[in-house]
Amino acid sequence: MASKFVLSNKTGWLMAGPAAFLIGCFIVLPFILAIGFSFTNQRLVSPNAADFTGLANYRQLLGISTLTLDPVKDDAGAVKMTAEGTPEYPSLRTYTRNNPDYPGLNGMREWFSFGSGGDARTYVLARDVVFLTAILNTFIFVIVVAPVQGALALGLALLINQKLRGINVFRAIYFMPVVVSIVVVSLLWRFFYDQQSGVLNNILGAVSFGAIPRVDWLGNPNTALGAIIFMSIWQAVGFHMVIWLSGLQTISPTLYEAAAIEGSSKWQTFRYITWPGLRNTAVLVMVVITMQAFGLFAQIDVMTKGGPLDATQTIVFQAVQRGYGKQDISGGSTISVILFVIVLSVSLLQRWLTREKK
Amino acid sequence: MMAQITTDSRGLRLTLRYAVLLIIAAIFSFPLIFMIMSSLKPSEQLLSDAHSIRALLPVGDISFDNYTAAFQRAPVGLFVFNSILVTSVTVVLSLAICSAAAFAFVFIEWKGRNLILSVILATLIVPFETIAIPLLLEASKLPWIGMDGVTWGWLNSYRVQIVPFIADGLTIYLFVQYFKDLPGELIEAARVEGASWFAIYRRIALPLAGPIMATAAILKFLAMYNQYLWPIMVTQEEGYRPVMVGLQYFFQLNRAWGEIMAYLSLITVPVLAFYLYLQKAFIASIASTGVKG
Repeated sequence: MASKFVLSNKTGWLMAGPAAFLIGCFIVLPFILAIGFSFTNQRLVSPNAADFTGLANYRQLLGISTLTLDPVKDDAGAVKMTAEGTPEYPSLRTYTRNNPDYPGLNGMREWFSFGSGGDARTYVLARDVVFLTAILNTFIFVIVVAPVQGALALGLALLINQKLRGINVFRAIYFMPVVVSIVVVSLLWRFFYDQQSGVLNNILGAVSFGAIPRVDWLGNPNTALGAIIFMSIWQAVGFHMVIWLSGLQTISPTLYEAAAIEGSSKWQTFRYITWPGLRNTAVLVMVVITMQAFGLFAQIDVMTKGGPLDATQTIVFQAVQRGYGKQDISGGSTISVILFVIVLSVSLLQRWLTREKK
Repeated sequence: MMAQITTDSRGLRLTLRYAVLLIIAAIFSFPLIFMIMSSLKPSEQLLSDAHSIRALLPVGDISFDNYTAAFQRAPVGLFVFNSILVTSVTVVLSLAICSAAAFAFVFIEWKGRNLILSVILATLIVPFETIAIPLLLEASKLPWIGMDGVTWGWLNSYRVQIVPFIADGLTIYLFVQYFKDLPGELIEAARVEGASWFAIYRRIALPLAGPIMATAAILKFLAMYNQYLWPIMVTQEEGYRPVMVGLQYFFQLNRAWGEIMAYLSLITVPVLAFYLYLQKAFIASIASTGVKG
């Protein structure tokens, strides 16, 4: 008996070893390296060894501060006005460029500002405005895409779950964009969104008899992120439709028969039978969409490169621009760690919010 | 009277249902039909057709000129070859290595089994995007023993596109779930008769694993063929670039939409045809990622 155990030990390692080794080398190790590099100034190619720099990378990326300023007053004590008729404020540069009284603000830039009682104005300053914009954009993308795509996918799944002749053909068509690379889809939609020759503008123009002006969807900071969101949902919604569909098929038909006998309405059937039966699927769909959405990169790289005016900067695009573009491995790794912490916290939060309430 | 109304409204509702289904089908299929039709038209006609339903029809000056031009603009054949090579080698190795590991996790008792399996399953919550940058540095320093002895650095090679993606948590998880549902008595019986573990894996487990093999192969195929983030970082040299990176040749300089559509169709239509042919298996493979969650 003892010899058999030893033999199994050897065979077990022999069969699982290659996979364990590869996952260790190419998933676990880089994950640990990311954390390690984020505390150094590691570069992709460098003659010097990397130095330990503590939290400097995190401070550089996430450094944020506020400054409240009163308007400039003339000798008589009246508020000075600018040419536009708004109060004039002291130049921020006098605070953020080597001002010995404000050492913490050195090198910071204005992110945004708001009025804060009376004539005073509060400025939110950041060490890396572009990165914070990228975090904000990524969150907007996730917050819009997760519920909208999840709900549309459920709608499609309910539609496809009917017993109709030829329904499989429709299911196949709805799923089609999922097998097409997001890179291909992005380039194709660049043509649809084009201002001069874009199909979208043609359709809107035709429907409104020319009343809607032609929009440069990807070149306008107000529409670029929305255009990318719309396209991303179009590409991926079929994926989650299929997951909902497999959830729908686990609900026992006898429940529906019972509901029909009781004479419950369509909405009641959905509310009290379908939806509770989809609980686990719903959690899964949300977690999966959220994880995928935080990785937003290919669409940005192909369609906008983060522009216009940083309106489509995202976390992963920033990580690649630094880690690969500028060969700043430590900066890219720090962004990766921040992304992982965000993804982990959001999925833990989702699981907590949707936990089984006893 | 009652019956009359029900039949009528049933017919109307059926028509309405199909109308809704058709409109949605148009939203999902028209962009792809447009892509394929446009690839056959000269760029000027493509732009003028975009104003009418002609955009979706093979009308006017139809030819394969755009395809010829695309092959002249970029080494398209090389990109296609690279993609097929990298994708197929990864899929085959992944199936072999991940199924063997899953077999060991499910049927064999060995020290460290539970620890290793939990670490592998934990990697499921690590998105690739969060390890890509340190992996880039790691890949630039890894050793390799080849024709010219030991060399350092994997950038610009096939192996850098293949080896990191052979083993992954999802594939192993899918095989583990599948093997768990196999009848354990079968394995027990073979053990009692003195068959080696490897023989059991090869003669009993693998032949029974057909459906999950198809699922894992399809998921891996889609992930590998459509990969973008990793290959743009590790293939600066043209010789190793896959089709998705090859796209960059078409949107940089003067934008010839006809050629772009030809290239997009060329790299997409085979996958779409493959999908439509094996539609049930494709959809089942995506569904299986969600069933047990």
